[in-house]
Amino acid sequence: MAAGIVTWGSYLPHWRLRHAAIAQVLGSGPTKGSRAVASFDEDTTTLAVEAGRRALAPGGPAVQDLLFSTPAPGYLDKTNATTIHAALGLGRTCAAYDFVGSPRSSMGTLLSALGAAAQRTTLSVLSDLRFGLAGGAEERDAGDGAVAFVTGPDGAVAEVIGRASASDEFLDRWRVPGQADSHVWEERFGEEQYVPLAREAFDDALKAADLTEGDVHHVIVSGLHVRAVKSVAGRLGVAKEAMAPDLGSTIGNLGGAQAGIALADVLDRALPGQVILVLSLADGVDALVLRTTDALPGAQGASRGIGVPTVSEQVASGHRDVSYANFLAWRGQLLREPPRRPDPERPGAPIVHRSEGWKYAFVASTCTECGFRHMPPTRVCLSCRSIDQMRPERLADVAGTVATFTIDHLAYSMSPPVIGVIVDFDGGGRYRCELTDADASEVAIGDRVGMTFRRVYSAQGVHNYFWKARPLDGSSAEAGE
Amino acid sequence: MSSKGIRDQVAIIGMGCTRFGELWDKGTDDLLTEAATEAATSAGLSIHDIDAFWLGTMTSGVCGVTLSRPLKLDYKPVTRVENYCATGSEALRNACYAVASGAYDTAMAIGVEKLKDTGFSGLTGIRPVGDGTDPGLSSPAAFSFLAPSYAHKYGVDGAQLKEVMSRIAFKNHQNGARNPRAQFQKEVSMETIRGAPLVAGELGVFDCSGVSDGSAAAIICRTEDAHRYCENPLYVKALSFVAGPAAGPIDPGYDYTTFEEVVRSAADAYAQAGITDPRAQLAMAEVHDCFTATELVLMEDLDFAERGTAWKEVLAGTFDRDGELPVNPDGGLKSFGHPIGASGLRMLFECWLQLRGEAPPDRQITTVGPGRTLGLTHNLGGAPGEGVSFVGIFGTELGGMGLDA
Repeated sequence: MAAGIVTWGSYLPHWRLRHAAIAQVLGSGPTKGSRAVASFDEDTTTLAVEAGRRALAPGGPAVQDLLFSTPAPGYLDKTNATTIHAALGLGRTCAAYDFVGSPRSSMGTLLSALGAAAQRTTLSVLSDLRFGLAGGAEERDAGDGAVAFVTGPDGAVAEVIGRASASDEFLDRWRVPGQADSHVWEERFGEEQYVPLAREAFDDALKAADLTEGDVHHVIVSGLHVRAVKSVAGRLGVAKEAMAPDLGSTIGNLGGAQAGIALADVLDRALPGQVILVLSLADGVDALVLRTTDALPGAQGASRGIGVPTVSEQVASGHRDVSYANFLAWRGQLLREPPRRPDPERPGAPIVHRSEGWKYAFVASTCTECGFRHMPPTRVCLSCRSIDQMRPERLADVAGTVATFTIDHLAYSMSPPVIGVIVDFDGGGRYRCELTDADASEVAIGDRVGMTFRRVYSAQGVHNYFWKARPLDGSSAEAGE
Repeated sequence: MSSKGIRDQVAIIGMGCTRFGELWDKGTDDLLTEAATEAATSAGLSIHDIDAFWLGTMTSGVCGVTLSRPLKLDYKPVTRVENYCATGSEALRNACYAVASGAYDTAMAIGVEKLKDTGFSGLTGIRPVGDGTDPGLSSPAAFSFLAPSYAHKYGVDGAQLKEVMSRIAFKNHQNGARNPRAQFQKEVSMETIRGAPLVAGELGVFDCSGVSDGSAAAIICRTEDAHRYCENPLYVKALSFVAGPAAGPIDPGYDYTTFEEVVRSAADAYAQAGITDPRAQLAMAEVHDCFTATELVLMEDLDFAERGTAWKEVLAGTFDRDGELPVNPDGGLKSFGHPIGASGLRMLFECWLQLRGEAPPDRQITTVGPGRTLGLTHNLGGAPGEGVSFVGIFGTELGGMGLDA
């Protein structure tokens, strides 16, 4: 029984922004490539929930610590990890911590969890939603997504066999709290700092693992400093086929989640007994050496079995393109006229807390007398009128079918029109909710849908999180039963 | 349902109804003053002769002072009631019961809504603080589930159903065009209705009722006193109100082609009034056409047409002003808009005019006559599968239906 990474899961949002779409509007810039775009109703917390759901295999070990890391937290002062904890339905005794700020804290989060793996079962979720000003490289080359790892004492698919870090203080990339976009110093300055730091960490890590360059099967070099990453990768002296594919041209650079997504991608397809080396360039360099175990194929198969998509499937599958105008509107850079309707109200803290199971974990009440499912949960059964004969039942991972739908041009939304669907869940229960990640012209009665955790809106500085339906297709049918 | 009813125990002896519309120069107080004064005057009374008041409003005020302040009532009982879009009918129902109980000799039911001061499009509900999980669909969206479900269930082609819905709007605007109290007093062509931009689902702008201000009021007394105030009173035959368990949004068995609340309240009202064949026995009906698809479904829920056939009856003109059973001869919510507290009493006002032969000749219906003296008002609140429904029946003759005259 080995300690290390036990399971993993990745989430790339549905939407892609083509570089050509930017160039067409702004009149200049590259026309090849694309990036992953979080929808208007996603933030780093919801991205993390989706990744976390994919990492938490049914019947897996109970998570003791939830660690959430992002450079773009939904809240400061208020812990975001508790939202993720609630949405994942983790136990009350599970701790929940934020590690927010710089991308380096994401790698630090995973390294800390791995360091404690022999004693604690930890879910680490690394999430990022990158913001850049219109026409800039950050807007074009960044991407949004999240990745989650369960680490623990038993059943590891990959064990740590070495790690090393090299730290230094220099100004490469920075963002002042309150500002949305980050700034970078002249590129060549950062490159000259990163290259030697990377070499040191790489060599130290190999030494710690008692390996040489030639023993490594998969090398991941990641960082927001693209020029430094390229430069480092070219000088490591490892075989070209060992270099993990660069996903940047299709999904963009995921910042705090980039190294993790690349690691998940490798774990999706690695063989047992292989060595993986992760080199993360972020205000210093962290190197992590892992060796996969014989448990890996079983875990890969189990994920496939319940329909969890791999990173490469999410990269390749037929996602929809978002128009540049919608992208700008989603990021608050294009102010669309709101409908002449009252602004949404912030939800009330006590009522939200009372309905925590429903709102965050999508827990219905099922009548123990007659089996009728109630969404939202109620105490009196609609079907047999029994009172207080309910058991809670989480339906977040149960798929459903669209019974009927409507396109609402009047309701408030950051991205109108709202698609309203009546969903009949497999095994019983009906709920009326919004359909997201969908095109209004393509919805039909009978469509299969799953549930996804979203930020419905923000009002008076309070984020309103809840579940929406989204279309299920072959590639993202993880909610199918 | 053991609803006994109060058939023929109370009578309407006076009514008032303001113009409905975007009344920028009138406030809630003005509307209340005008409707109350007109109603009292028509019964030959002063406002101060009336013993008790029921005020229906959803958003334009809370508590009885909303009425007692503008009317300067002298320490009379005033009850403010709210029951969503059926608020006006709820005021009427409670005033009727108060008089029937013997507690008061006369009562006023008055409804008002001043919607056009908010600056918003459509209705804006009043909701308690929530947990943020309500999907927040608009009213048109909630009702737009009806059309495709109806079309699917009865095999009606989508384009054909759009024609049916347009025909309902066309009819109601035709009726409203002759009504000086309506918000919209213009006929609208089928082309304009059909081609209007979509608001939600298949519902275009002309499938939705307007948003307006207005007020209406009725004076009620015991039947034995009615002729002291009025030569030709309107007797209350039935009042039925139900609130459903809001099953639709959570019950996979609900198919969005009916309002169970309406079916139940209609059956109750027909039983109270002794009606067995509403389509033949009623001379007219004022129904809650908040959306054209609603009126279509109501024709079946109120038993004016067999299940799955109302769409054909609409096209055949059965419910036109000169049809077999005129529905919304005043123009309905379609032409009047829907000032929530006022609508139910505005419907009653049309019965008051038509059944007593006081509608202007150019819009007097011809179905009223010997053996056919009853009118129905139907008021709906909420949304398909989760709402409240009121059905009232009123007539110019005591007894009737050959049962216990």
